[in-house]
Amino acid sequence: MFSHGSESLIKQAREIQESELQKFYSRLVKLLQAKEHSHETVDSLQRLHLILSATKYARTLPPELHKRVLSLLSSPSEQLQVLGSAVLRETLPLSGQELNYNQENVSQLNSHAAALLLSQARSTADLSSLCAQLLRGLESRQSDGSAHPLTHTLPVLNTVLTHRPECLTEDHVTLLSKKLVDWLRYASITQGGCASSGGFFTGPRSRQPVPTAELDGTVSGDFFTVLCVGQSFTDDQWMNVYSFSMLRHWLLTYHSVSNGNATADTANRLQLSLSLSHSHSFSNDDRSEVDGSVVSMVSATSSSSRLLPPKERLREKAFQYCQRLIEQSDRKAHKKGDADLQKACLVEAVCILDCVCVEDASLVFRTFPCIKALFGRLSSDLSFARVLLPIAQFYLNHGEMAAVDCECVWRLVFARFPSELFNDQFLAHELLRFLRLNLESLQLRVPQYIRSFPNLLKLLAWDSPALMDDFVDLLPSLVTAGTAVELLHTLLDLPCLSATLVLQHRSASLPIAESSARGLLSLDAFRSPSFRGLFLFLLRGEAGSGDTIDRLNTLHELLAEAADWPRVVQCSQSVPVLLHIFFNTVITIADEKLFAHLILVMLERSSLLLNIPKYITETHRVAGLSLRDRVRSSAISEELRVEPLLLRIERNQLRVFSCHLLKFCKLHPSLVVDQSHELLEFAGATANVYSKEEIYTHVVWVLGEYLSVSCDSRCSVKLITSCFEALEAVLFEITSSAPPPGAVCPAPRVVTTLMSALAKLASRSHDLIPRVSLFLSKLRTVTRGGSVAWCSDEDDLVAIVTRGEELWSLLKSPGVAQSVLTPPQHVMTPRWHRDTNVATPLQLRALTNLTQSQ
Amino acid sequence: MVRCFLIHTVCPLAALGPGDSRILYCRVFGPDEAERHRQLSPEEARALQKEKTAVVARQVRCSVSLSREASGRLLVEAVPGEEALALQEADSGVVRLRAGDPFTEETSALWLGVQSLGFTLVCEPHENLLLAEGTLRNLTRHCLEHLHMLGQGSEVLLRSNRIDALLSRLLPHGQLLFLNHRFAQSLEKEVAAYMAK
Repeated sequence: MFSHGSESLIKQAREIQESELQKFYSRLVKLLQAKEHSHETVDSLQRLHLILSATKYARTLPPELHKRVLSLLSSPSEQLQVLGSAVLRETLPLSGQELNYNQENVSQLNSHAAALLLSQARSTADLSSLCAQLLRGLESRQSDGSAHPLTHTLPVLNTVLTHRPECLTEDHVTLLSKKLVDWLRYASITQGGCASSGGFFTGPRSRQPVPTAELDGTVSGDFFTVLCVGQSFTDDQWMNVYSFSMLRHWLLTYHSVSNGNATADTANRLQLSLSLSHSHSFSNDDRSEVDGSVVSMVSATSSSSRLLPPKERLREKAFQYCQRLIEQSDRKAHKKGDADLQKACLVEAVCILDCVCVEDASLVFRTFPCIKALFGRLSSDLSFARVLLPIAQFYLNHGEMAAVDCECVWRLVFARFPSELFNDQFLAHELLRFLRLNLESLQLRVPQYIRSFPNLLKLLAWDSPALMDDFVDLLPSLVTAGTAVELLHTLLDLPCLSATLVLQHRSASLPIAESSARGLLSLDAFRSPSFRGLFLFLLRGEAGSGDTIDRLNTLHELLAEAADWPRVVQCSQSVPVLLHIFFNTVITIADEKLFAHLILVMLERSSLLLNIPKYITETHRVAGLSLRDRVRSSAISEELRVEPLLLRIERNQLRVFSCHLLKFCKLHPSLVVDQSHELLEFAGATANVYSKEEIYTHVVWVLGEYLSVSCDSRCSVKLITSCFEALEAVLFEITSSAPPPGAVCPAPRVVTTLMSALAKLASRSHDLIPRVSLFLSKLRTVTRGGSVAWCSDEDDLVAIVTRGEELWSLLKSPGVAQSVLTPPQHVMTPRWHRDTNVATPLQLRALTNLTQSQ
Repeated sequence: MVRCFLIHTVCPLAALGPGDSRILYCRVFGPDEAERHRQLSPEEARALQKEKTAVVARQVRCSVSLSREASGRLLVEAVPGEEALALQEADSGVVRLRAGDPFTEETSALWLGVQSLGFTLVCEPHENLLLAEGTLRNLTRHCLEHLHMLGQGSEVLLRSNRIDALLSRLLPHGQLLFLNHRFAQSLEKEVAAYMAK
């Protein structure tokens, strides 16, 4: 595929010397001067293109060469047109030289020349004149009847409409709308090219026009659409395809052609309106009478739309076209490609119908029966899921107005799609896009949306890298007071969900009898009835069946081997980001009760994640043991590589917790008194110092900072004392012995935070001061000998001791200690610069006035 | 409308930084969007456009590797002549490109990963992705066949006019077309005639 040869070609093209390039240019000019263009010319042009396109720096061709290449655009050989256009697209236009195609050479404006014009059009005027010219081409084509293929006209106009709607005028829109009606609704219904198929002996009978056919082979009974087939096609049938292809975009965007820039001279406008009324009264541009011979259900329902203004008329015809497409999509296509096309057409048709109904609400009642029938036909077949999504959009936009029950639609979208099609990433992309775009009306009208978050998160658990971005946008809408706790648990369980989905997927694809190649224990567990409940809870589709489950530890053990599956690792990487978003949203909606609940969840779940430190020792053991058992050493090295990554993720989660714990407590200091029992229990457990350093430090800090009468009047001396005793015990324990086997020394930060917290508490209850002082003095004595078992780094130890001495000397004068360690509120949040009654601003203002008045 | 069509590498290359991608073919449709908002010189506009497509290529390359890693499937090596197999085994996916990153509007990048190469269509937000997927597959098949891309040659660089010609029919100016098999056949006949030259 991509070879070294290609790489070196690109390198050569980039590093070509200027002298060599000039030689190449002049050789090319010579080649282009020749009457006949040889194979060498083509080859050289192609090389020129490579040289120009390989670098991001723009090059300018010598004027002579530029002119020669430009003239290739009107060459009879398409290959030279293509190359000319491609080369010039990569260069800068010559200064002063305008790529102008005036009326005479409109026939030269082939698709490739138009591509060049589009890409290098610099001003609105350029594009406006291009559009005007193309539209003229469309008109003249009809009048002189020449069969010059102008199919590229519509895409070019559509491109202009996309990128520079200001280049089209209202008149252009009117004209094109009329043209589109013609092509869409009144294209020939007989096959093209039958005249040429006749030989010398063919009689007039065989030259009779052959009608086009439907995809299942039957003869078409109605107007031509993109789902009609024939041996060959007429020009207007081609235009039908192009028209339908751009129709939706046209309907969506022709409004952006503002009336403001239709400031063409009024005479022109008047003329147009005259010609319009003319055409209305005589309907001479309406060919509906011509093909009146075949009329089906769809065309029979068409009203006398000839009297409508062009835009409304186009809407009406688009409506009919889409109804016919929906009819046609029910036919059994012989080719797979056509069956796919039918699906794509259904999507397009439903979107167009939605679009015309948004514009003209009166169409809603005419459209709904058809949409409802289509939903009924497709809803049981999930292979049509991506068609059902636009249908859901239609129900959402118009269901209320038509008073239609949408329950079944939402059951499909929020229940079956995510739970059964979680591995279809295109559906996931479109579903999440649908949710993002309709977030407001979904929150307002579809209560199922928020309840279905366990289901929606399956999409993320399966393919987190691709969908993360969508969930960053969606997650805040899922956080409500009612769902917050369960959502937090679900987010924390996301890696487990990911693993479970992998198991579900494998379990479905592997027969029960066959044990999988890797002999997955978790797969056996997944299939075992005794653990069924655990997995079913993870796979639940709706919120509300309980926040979490009791046996999470069991689940984590069962899924331990999943911790290095790429999908699970990818998923777990997304969790910290989501947690941040979750907490940032919760802060805006939660009351104190919810905060209290969430703090409990944080403390509880900090030890109930996929337990990584344990996993690490386990992996080390497995890696050591299995060197002789396992042949695949690569698997082991993979595991070892994954480990630090997982460790980092775990740490990240704890960091998220601690960061938001601080935010919560700062917002509601009384939470600390409310939850003092649980916080103390957590802070009193020495094991947490080693395994959850991050969150432990923060809990201790929070206790020291906010357990004070100034934060909550309920804070009693008894409470302060019991907290003091719990922390004192831990500090004493970790500074009097070596860390337990397997753990590293406690971080110096934990030690200093504990000391500070004790000092703070003591400053609020002076009876405790002697106890702290005693401890701090002991600490100094112990460390005088140099090294201690609980701190390996000498500098750290010095820092700890210094901190202890500071606190000690501070506590010697309790009054000072209190104002330093528990400063009153107004000292913490000074706002002197804003307080107008304080002297400094007043004086400054007076001075300013004095100086200014002079 | 389709914003651009890219063919680029999705495998590690010695000459590039990790995660980078070499663009082998790039066609941006329509007028350059950068000029609309800022008055850039043509040189700057061109450099900006190249950077934007490079961003898309990198994003897709990253997405392809993550998706391949997650699915854990082994890459099937196909040789010239096995284009259908290569296409059948190709990974596919879609990346959301946020507004401003790199295009001013939000876009979706559809990709097809065939061995070491990625084929990418960047679609406007409301585009019919089902149709875009079909078109991308069709384009990829033609590219593989007509430029012998499963082999070791460099025709993708030295015959890029073939891709231009292909795009001018199957994706004219970035317009996705609803082509039934008959229309497709008739266009393919034209394509085959072009390639025969």
